[in-house]
Amino acid sequence: MKKVHFSEWGIESPKYWGILAILGVFVAIAGAAVFYMEHEGHWVTGMTNQIVWGMPHVFAIFLIVAASGALNVASIGSVFEKKLYKPLGRLSGLLAITLLMGGLAVLVLDLGKPDRLLVAMTHYNFKSIFAWNIFLYTGFMVIVAVYLWFMMDRRMTAYYKPAGVTAFVWRIILTTGTGSIFGFLVARQGYDAAIYAPMFVIMSFAYGLAIYILVLLFVSKLDGREVGDKVLYRMKNLLGVFAASVFYFTLVLHIATLYATENHEYEAFILLNGGIYTFLFWFGWIFLGCLLPMALVYHPTIGRTRGGIIAAAVSVILGGFATVYVIVIGGQAFPMAMFPGKTIVASGFFDGVNGQPFLYSPTLAETALGIGGVALVLLLTFIAIRVLQFLPTSLADEAVDPHHAKS
Amino acid sequence: MSKSNDSGRRDFLKKAVVASSVTVAPGVILHTLQAQAEPRTTPVTDKVRWGMLIDTSKCAEGCKDCVEACNKENGLDLVDKPEGASEELWERQRPHWIRQVKLKDNMTGMLTNLVMMCQHCEHPPCVDVCPTGASFKRVDGIVMVDRHICIGCRYCMMACPYKARSFIHADVAAKLTHTPRGKGCVESCNFCVHRLDNGQTTTACQDACKHQAIVFGDLKDPESPVSKALKKYPSVQIRADLKLNTGVRYTNI
Repeated sequence: MKKVHFSEWGIESPKYWGILAILGVFVAIAGAAVFYMEHEGHWVTGMTNQIVWGMPHVFAIFLIVAASGALNVASIGSVFEKKLYKPLGRLSGLLAITLLMGGLAVLVLDLGKPDRLLVAMTHYNFKSIFAWNIFLYTGFMVIVAVYLWFMMDRRMTAYYKPAGVTAFVWRIILTTGTGSIFGFLVARQGYDAAIYAPMFVIMSFAYGLAIYILVLLFVSKLDGREVGDKVLYRMKNLLGVFAASVFYFTLVLHIATLYATENHEYEAFILLNGGIYTFLFWFGWIFLGCLLPMALVYHPTIGRTRGGIIAAAVSVILGGFATVYVIVIGGQAFPMAMFPGKTIVASGFFDGVNGQPFLYSPTLAETALGIGGVALVLLLTFIAIRVLQFLPTSLADEAVDPHHAKS
Repeated sequence: MSKSNDSGRRDFLKKAVVASSVTVAPGVILHTLQAQAEPRTTPVTDKVRWGMLIDTSKCAEGCKDCVEACNKENGLDLVDKPEGASEELWERQRPHWIRQVKLKDNMTGMLTNLVMMCQHCEHPPCVDVCPTGASFKRVDGIVMVDRHICIGCRYCMMACPYKARSFIHADVAAKLTHTPRGKGCVESCNFCVHRLDNGQTTTACQDACKHQAIVFGDLKDPESPVSKALKKYPSVQIRADLKLNTGVRYTNI
């Protein structure tokens, strides 16, 4: 194994600025959307007093979950001492920070009072997992930044591993906190399950790695860096394991929920007759998010092609969005069971009359905000890799594989 | 330095002192006046717990008196549909503090009418989840929102088992002094807290109900009408399984 060198992203200026400009347009559109929503109020969104969290939350939660997962690649190198992963650590830490920034930006800009962010920073109710998350998220950025510094600064090598362990433990707590946002909601049948916390952790592994693979292949392709099969196959196999784990957790969640009779109607809503939510569950969450990527990465021929691996990563991401949509929106669309044994036949304010789910159709503005969050992630990432040495000059097999000489 | 320059500086300082006095003084005076003013009310005490009993057998079908009275009392009727908003969507977005619900028993087919609002739980999930503490419970049992520190995250609305809360989706042109409201905050029934804090002992919905389906009062006072009624008739809490010890109880469900 040769010594690993790092360098800035060296694509030609016009291409670089062109990419930034395209992403900048999406960010600007999102900015305009925020201005519009905050100026007019949330009536211009599809969100209502029944579906209180909408498209921005789907994007924000996906990005925040993916952020902690993106750090995994670095953790495997530093915490679990896998040499092959060490050169991948810098980009992993960077993506963890930028994904979190993008997700938080979307979340904060959707608040009814985003101008009161300072209030959220000065008034805390520590029984709220949201209040804890404020510390978990900001702490995560600081810890990963320090971790990156120790990773990149030769003088700090001695502290590199403790920083890596701290970041790893922190990220597990962070995603547990994000999953607990739903796990702790006792009122709604779709939530109120402790399994949401570990399931979010495993979801983060899958989404974070899928995004990492795609970003790595994209930036390497553009400035001609080699990404060897050894590194890529290792990551795609891991992606398959993560997709399978999400599948397992999904099975346990639904089987456990189905066991209780009180939940049969909710389960029927998600699994059988919930319209868009049923479709997104089976086609998005299960097929795109779990089964297809597993089939692709473990296929003896397709799994060894770049196209197959890219398709698997894209599939995990699309499936991930569907998963978060089903959890966030589907969980709210199913009417709350306030009167067991009775049917609400009339209501002065939308109580799910005759068991009808609540309607939600996202508007352009709120969707643009979410997409802007994704663009912001990429924008920040591309700027960072352009100015600092995040990318290994080569990830070719002979450069990264400790056993290459022997084989 | 020349003499003329010195006098220029003195003039400037004088003007600055006068200008700042003129600017700051009213604030100081106002502040002093405010500090000297008599407290409007005595502090809220936990010797009282406000609560309500709703007799569903008296709640009449098609009657909207309590809803209309609440809307008027709390200025909800002043919240107008924004220009250009779809009627259908706005109906789902406008704020509601109290609503009628009609239930049908799945087995017997028995119909029940009742009103739902904030249940003023002893252990309110909305207060648990609020990141800033804007959603809070007073010592007298009233659960309400501090609109100064609500950031509009809507986590309380996710957590409320009764769908009792509303988010203000648009600018509010006209509002009542005792019920201020602003776009981007969450709110819900507060048992007409402005009345109670001024010595009154009834809510608008109770006053409006000509069928006497709503009894309101102090749950800690054994002589209050609500305590007597609760002692006399069997009553239930909605979602009693959550053990929230609600301040609103129902009979004949």
